[in-house]
Amino acid sequence: MTSDKHILVALVANKPGVLNRVASLFRRRGFNIESITVGHTEKEGISRMTIVVNGDPATVEQVRKQLDKVIDVVKVHDITQDSVVDRELALIKVKTTSTNRSEIIQIVDIFRANIVDVAADSLIVEVTGDEDKLNSLFRLLSSFGIREIARTGRLAMTRGVPPG
Amino acid sequence: MKLTGAQIICESFAKEGVEVIFGFPGGSLLPFYDTLPQYPQLRHILVRHEQGAAHAADGYARASGRAGVCCATSGPGATNLVTGIANAYLDSSPVIALTGQVARPFIGKDAFQEIDITGITLPITKHNYVVMSAAEMAGVIKEAFHIATTGRPGPVLIDVPRDVFVEEAEYHYPARVDLPGYKPVIRGHSAQIKKAARLINESRRPVIISGRGVVISRAYEELRELAEKAQIPVITTLLGISSFPENHMLSLGMLGMHGMAHANKAVNEADLVIAVGMRFDDRATAKVSAFAPKARIIHVDIDPAEIGKNVRVDVPIVGDARDVLRDLNKEVVTLSRVEWISQMDEWRGCHMAAAIRDGEDLIPQYVIHSICEVTQGNSIIVTGVGQHQMWSAQCFCYKKPNTLISSGGLGTMGFELPAAIGAKVGCPDETVWCVAGDGGFQMTIQELATITQERTAVKIAIINNGYLGMVRQWQELFYGRRYVATPLSSPDFVKIAEAYGIAAVRVRTRLEVVPAIQKAMEHDGPFLIDFVVEPEENVYPMVPPGAALADLIEAPRTQLVAPGSDRVSE
Repeated sequence: MTSDKHILVALVANKPGVLNRVASLFRRRGFNIESITVGHTEKEGISRMTIVVNGDPATVEQVRKQLDKVIDVVKVHDITQDSVVDRELALIKVKTTSTNRSEIIQIVDIFRANIVDVAADSLIVEVTGDEDKLNSLFRLLSSFGIREIARTGRLAMTRGVPPG
Repeated sequence: MKLTGAQIICESFAKEGVEVIFGFPGGSLLPFYDTLPQYPQLRHILVRHEQGAAHAADGYARASGRAGVCCATSGPGATNLVTGIANAYLDSSPVIALTGQVARPFIGKDAFQEIDITGITLPITKHNYVVMSAAEMAGVIKEAFHIATTGRPGPVLIDVPRDVFVEEAEYHYPARVDLPGYKPVIRGHSAQIKKAARLINESRRPVIISGRGVVISRAYEELRELAEKAQIPVITTLLGISSFPENHMLSLGMLGMHGMAHANKAVNEADLVIAVGMRFDDRATAKVSAFAPKARIIHVDIDPAEIGKNVRVDVPIVGDARDVLRDLNKEVVTLSRVEWISQMDEWRGCHMAAAIRDGEDLIPQYVIHSICEVTQGNSIIVTGVGQHQMWSAQCFCYKKPNTLISSGGLGTMGFELPAAIGAKVGCPDETVWCVAGDGGFQMTIQELATITQERTAVKIAIINNGYLGMVRQWQELFYGRRYVATPLSSPDFVKIAEAYGIAAVRVRTRLEVVPAIQKAMEHDGPFLIDFVVEPEENVYPMVPPGAALADLIEAPRTQLVAPGSDRVSE
């Protein structure tokens, strides 16, 4: 079967240890997490996890069911097939010289990214977008030399009526 | 009403109908133990090692059908519970484990006897809690019992810092729980049930595989109705044993690595497998890609995550076994599958699976068979893990529901003795036989003292072959008979029993077996029999590891007689 990226959205009770419960589940069942993000939601006491996992559909279905068994997990959806908006934010520290700085700024502009810090020999680019956009920017900037990258992991939301 | 944390625990336990706590005290639990005398309805049984407390609570839960409670102090007390909790988790047993923790200001400081027991037990509990204030206590206990006993049951651990036991809070026991993330599905989906019924009605060679889920939901009558109405042979998993009377015409016994040859053959030839409350464990399915190759599969389980986990399923039904079977019985038609049933009888005739050979030598199969004969099947059998466990599964004819208690999923040697104590405490009017191997028995042998102190009338049969027998069998068959670390010297078990104040005899010949068992039954109180059996007896049939169910090895011998030849026709 094909191994594909799946986006799972889990609504969880905001209790101590809930992230540990979820992470421990992935580890011991041998599921690979590509990224996981957690944050508050519009409902008090409920947090939202966006989890990107790799696996064939049967494995991911098993992940979803095992997640659903965790008492503090209220609901899990696999929204891979849905029409979704997904975004990730990255900070990229790029090496610069006085000669190539303007070229970098041009690239950053094309990607509608921002330069948020400038130092003598580097600058920090802030970019938001889907995976393809971020990867293309990384590729272009890597020719100048990338010092550091920090990524948030993907966030995703179904368009229109929310699931469940 | 203001109560201390410890009082709230006791009040809540009483509300939940707890009658016994298996435990071992220690520093962090002292305030709890100091409170216990205020609640005489809560009997405390002092074990000799915390592992025994967890197994006893597990045995109590399985025998009685109610949650079993154990407690241990922080640090080593808590870690000693771990094997017992894992055992309860893998066999879906409702155990409540209460652990003491260091006082709140010391948490995270590596204080004396501090250990992160909720972290350790995260993957082996259905849920766990650290109670950081007495005000939360009643709500946590209500939730813990609810979670442990509903849906697919399982252990729940409650960790309580020492100072929370003495902190005061307003006591109010909540009437209901608020768990938005926990809503077990009980009723099966009606469209799925109709689809399943259609498959059953159309099938020519169906089999039922009944698991522990049928025992847990007490779906005995519903299972029997389905089997009889649609004339479907019933096979059980190890933990499904006693979900269906083994003297019934439609009973085929256990499947799997040491299952009956005809049961494995039936699964191999079936065109439909109706799996109820079982999880396609690898010991049951053998090589999973060759499991039931001609069959479509209906899988009924209360845990959605079990469906599709190990085998492909054609009709999944999530729900409680009893509810689903009841609904299913309304949809299936009465049939007589003469051809298929007579095929079963033929296979049963030519594969004497649980057979006992004639002779003078004392073989373990004869011991188990004799316990069955003397007790007339009226006994709860509690086993450890290994050869004696498989013979207990094969050679005892289980007619009464819920009469085999065994460590299935985790395979815990040493489970038998403390679990038998728990079973006897939970069902004081039942005869409880602890069947142990000489290896596993020595892992929890100290609980003999618990038996004496509590006057628990457990009957103990040690199948003493001087080896770690199942491992020796594998070494014989698959490792060129190189017996590395399996020859076992043991103490004189009769003298050991006597030292603990327990009556005991040793048996070396067949002639002595039945009289010894009778003596044990007549004896008022616990009794131990050391059966010195053939050292190199093997468990057959056997599906070699990695092989398919169809490729089993049968006993290489003649002169076989079938035990339990009192099959009733129904």
